[in-house]
Amino acid sequence: MTRRNIFATLGGIVAVGAIIGVVAPYLQNLGNPANMGICVACMERDIAGAIGLHRAGVVQYLRPEIMGFVLGALVAALLFREFKPSGGSAPMTRFVLGVVSMIGALIFLGCPWRAILRLAGGDGNAILGLAGLGAGVWIGTMFFRKGYSLGRSYRQTIATGLMLPLIMFGLLALRLIFPPLEGAEKSGFIFYSLQGPGAAYAPLAVSLAAGLGIGFIAQRSRFCTMGAIRDLILFKQFHLMAGFLALLIVALIVNIALGQFNPGFEAQPVAHTLHFWNFAGMLMAGLAFALAGGCPGRQLFMSGEGNSDAGVFVMGMIFGAALAHNWGLASSPAGLGEYGAVAFFVGLAVCLGIGFANLKKLKVESPVPDLAPLKNSKIKA
Amino acid sequence: MIHKVDARGLACPQPVLLTMEVIRSTSDSAIEILVDNEASRENVSRAAVTQGWKVDRSDELGEDFRILIKKT
Repeated sequence: MTRRNIFATLGGIVAVGAIIGVVAPYLQNLGNPANMGICVACMERDIAGAIGLHRAGVVQYLRPEIMGFVLGALVAALLFREFKPSGGSAPMTRFVLGVVSMIGALIFLGCPWRAILRLAGGDGNAILGLAGLGAGVWIGTMFFRKGYSLGRSYRQTIATGLMLPLIMFGLLALRLIFPPLEGAEKSGFIFYSLQGPGAAYAPLAVSLAAGLGIGFIAQRSRFCTMGAIRDLILFKQFHLMAGFLALLIVALIVNIALGQFNPGFEAQPVAHTLHFWNFAGMLMAGLAFALAGGCPGRQLFMSGEGNSDAGVFVMGMIFGAALAHNWGLASSPAGLGEYGAVAFFVGLAVCLGIGFANLKKLKVESPVPDLAPLKNSKIKA
Repeated sequence: MIHKVDARGLACPQPVLLTMEVIRSTSDSAIEILVDNEASRENVSRAAVTQGWKVDRSDELGEDFRILIKKT
């Protein structure tokens, strides 16, 4: 069966980027933190805080957008017969890459999505972050050209494929069972912020609907901010970049329309002006995303498709967020965390080590014998 | 002769990279690529077309996909 996937066309990916470009500034308008309508890294960091893995009081909230991303992608994958439980391609290495990528993102203060949204909100510091992202992905492509591979994944049981979606479902249930209470730091055993970015959030129904909707269309379109840069460098393929640019341009227009565009470098929301570290943090994150095969958003969508390797990466990011805040690796508007610089050099060394250690020549000769022509053959460009 | 590539279980961008490598080096006029997910099927087909090859056929093969591309 070859159903045509309209989201896989150029128009489709541009539409998806544009929709995210509308939804993200509106989420900010309805309560999410500034230039953080959607930020996969920040939102996973807030989840880590809400479940008590770190105790940075200003960044604790069970973000329904993240759960929506995974569950929306799961629904799309089930509907279009793309739910394929798989896993076993170096899960522990992917966990470590998740940890490193989160630490890098928190040195910059944002994932690639937020880097785009920060730029669309007028934050000039995001230019350094995006340049760093490009540099990191570029280093990643050099490894791929030399034969870098984390090896093959294999088919898993449906239960295994459902593990991360079920974890997200559980977190969503906790958000409903223990909702934030006026003036209370805790609801049940869930932590909530009373001030700071963690205390800024859009209404539950809006956040969840936005997450589910974006999860659905992003699964169909394979939207990926890291892939956008990677494919351009590696194959001169502009497809995913069209979605990336659509997000930037549309978010910029919507921000201007909503009065959320404040150009400059100084006093930008949840940002610092350390140019080198904005660049370096995203370089480290970008390299980790490239080596793991997807930006943090894409990892969530692939988790929804039953890819447990991507799920392990997501868990690595949440664990990395806990380390980043417990150990003083994360930046803040005041500047670099106490051990942020050390974390960068260690993290970069870890990425390069993983890159060099996994250069191998894969055996790709097909083991499948020649077959009689199959029925039901349609060309799908 | 058909040059065969087994890219099943490999994450992006590897199926495309392997296909491009074979497109550059092979003397065969047809390449058959096996992938195990729809995204790779789309990416490999798209890449082949940008290299001036055409997707001759694209079949489901159990849980996998078989893409046959030909030099135009």
